[in-house]
Amino acid sequence: MNQYLSTQVADLKPSGIRRFFDLAAQMDDVISLGVGEPDFVTPWSFIEQSFHALEQGYTSYTENAGMLELREEISAYLHRSFDLSYDASDQVIVSVGASQAIDLALRAIVNPGDEVIVVEPSFVAYVPAITLAGGTPVTIQTKAEDDFKVQPEQIEAAITPKTKAIMLCNPNNPTGTFLEKIELEKLAKVIEKHDLLVLSDEIYAELTYDEPYTSFPAIRDMKERTILISGFSKAFAMTGWRLGYAAGPAEIIAAMVKIHQYTMMCAPTMAQHAALEAMKNGQESVQHMLESYKQRRNLIVSSLNDIGLDCPNPGGAFYAFPSIKATGLSSAEFAEQLLQEEHVAVVPGEVFGASGEGYIRCSYATSIKQLDEAMTRIKRFTEKRINPVTASSESTS
Amino acid sequence: MKETEVELLRLIEKNANLEVEKIAKLMGKSKQEIEALIASLEEKKAILGYSTLIDWAKVENEEEVTAMVDVKVTPARGVGFDKVAERIYRFPEVKAVYLMSGAYDLSVSVRGSTMMEIGHFISEKLSTLDSVLSTTTHFVLKKYKHDGIILEDDDDDDKRIVVSP
Repeated sequence: MNQYLSTQVADLKPSGIRRFFDLAAQMDDVISLGVGEPDFVTPWSFIEQSFHALEQGYTSYTENAGMLELREEISAYLHRSFDLSYDASDQVIVSVGASQAIDLALRAIVNPGDEVIVVEPSFVAYVPAITLAGGTPVTIQTKAEDDFKVQPEQIEAAITPKTKAIMLCNPNNPTGTFLEKIELEKLAKVIEKHDLLVLSDEIYAELTYDEPYTSFPAIRDMKERTILISGFSKAFAMTGWRLGYAAGPAEIIAAMVKIHQYTMMCAPTMAQHAALEAMKNGQESVQHMLESYKQRRNLIVSSLNDIGLDCPNPGGAFYAFPSIKATGLSSAEFAEQLLQEEHVAVVPGEVFGASGEGYIRCSYATSIKQLDEAMTRIKRFTEKRINPVTASSESTS
Repeated sequence: MKETEVELLRLIEKNANLEVEKIAKLMGKSKQEIEALIASLEEKKAILGYSTLIDWAKVENEEEVTAMVDVKVTPARGVGFDKVAERIYRFPEVKAVYLMSGAYDLSVSVRGSTMMEIGHFISEKLSTLDSVLSTTTHFVLKKYKHDGIILEDDDDDDKRIVVSP
């Protein structure tokens, strides 16, 4: 049947994460640090609000852009949390997860041949989403010595006359890297100089632990050229509800709504009602989860460094991104052998881009008990490889 | 109270069994700092003890009965409800005493091994106290949630897929 497939799709590389999922799925005692979602169940009041809406008969479509009341709440939330002002009537769209918002944004702005810059290591969907929108992805490889922070010169070097936009993810999946205001301002200069658009994926914005967060459109003159993408999945523990949103210039949002109305109609109504509760009364739940993530980040980072896997302190999201170079293994070998030998699932850094090679992504959104057990297993695994002589003599003595 | 103190208290309120080293790692502090913090909170009596939540219904021959007793009392001049509350909370059968707003004054939680035993305590000891005007006893039939813990929560398995982007 392959001859019937569109060449664009046939040429698309399947996600590297998928392979590990299939492997891990065959084992029943796997501890997974490979999960890109919270371990918390959605706060009960959000779920209950959705029940209530269903009981009231809210089972029909909503406006294409999402319920106005929800857009107003999102707009108010963006204002109070990040000092942004967006008009709910025409500058906000509610989408099916942030993923769909990314797809809509790209399809709304990309002409065939347009280049879109992706900063790697990055979320696995950016590059294929650009390709599917008819654009050409151009990747930048950030460096460990820069803490995986993209440098303005790197952007400058990647720009060609065809460059239309750049995708930023702050805090970053998979590195947990967090760009501060002053760093964003430096990027903004290059972006302005070359008249680029920015797709700013801020899905992890609430999950920052040490420094105050600055939203990209809050940087001077950036609001007019930024499509802010976020959603409820991560901070509000609502992954399965599939609800995200984008905010940006009215013309671009209108274009996104146009695509959305033909391809999706609207985001699920019951999920929109749950999100309404999340926006109105969810902040306390978010703070509780945030405190717990921070504690577990502290725990995993200190454990990984103790093991000998060099791991800087990630400022945001819920991922640690330790170097596994000391083991002499590639990231895929490390992940595969770790899964086979110790039944711990992590994601090899290479699936997030070339510069992810030599690193693994460990999600710490899992219980302290599980994290402890995972660290014990990773330690046993690593010791055999970092210092095989001592490890084996210890085991025989 | 400092933010770190509150964070520490929240941690051990959830799990009093956490080792000091673990707390230190979780909070990004040294072991000594945490020990000092705990000592000062004990000193201040912000930490009153470290108990274990036990579902006695699961322990053979140790089943227990709990009653919530609404007690109306006459407050005494100068000491208000405190004196009579003390007379009541000194009994080891009494597990909790709260002064309430509303239709009655004290809410008293009484625990015993049988209903008879509790009935005996209430009729002989509690209701005969001078300042007690009346008692209304409600026996607990089933505990669903206690101190924030759901008792029959066997639905806590991870429902997430093993690897996701």
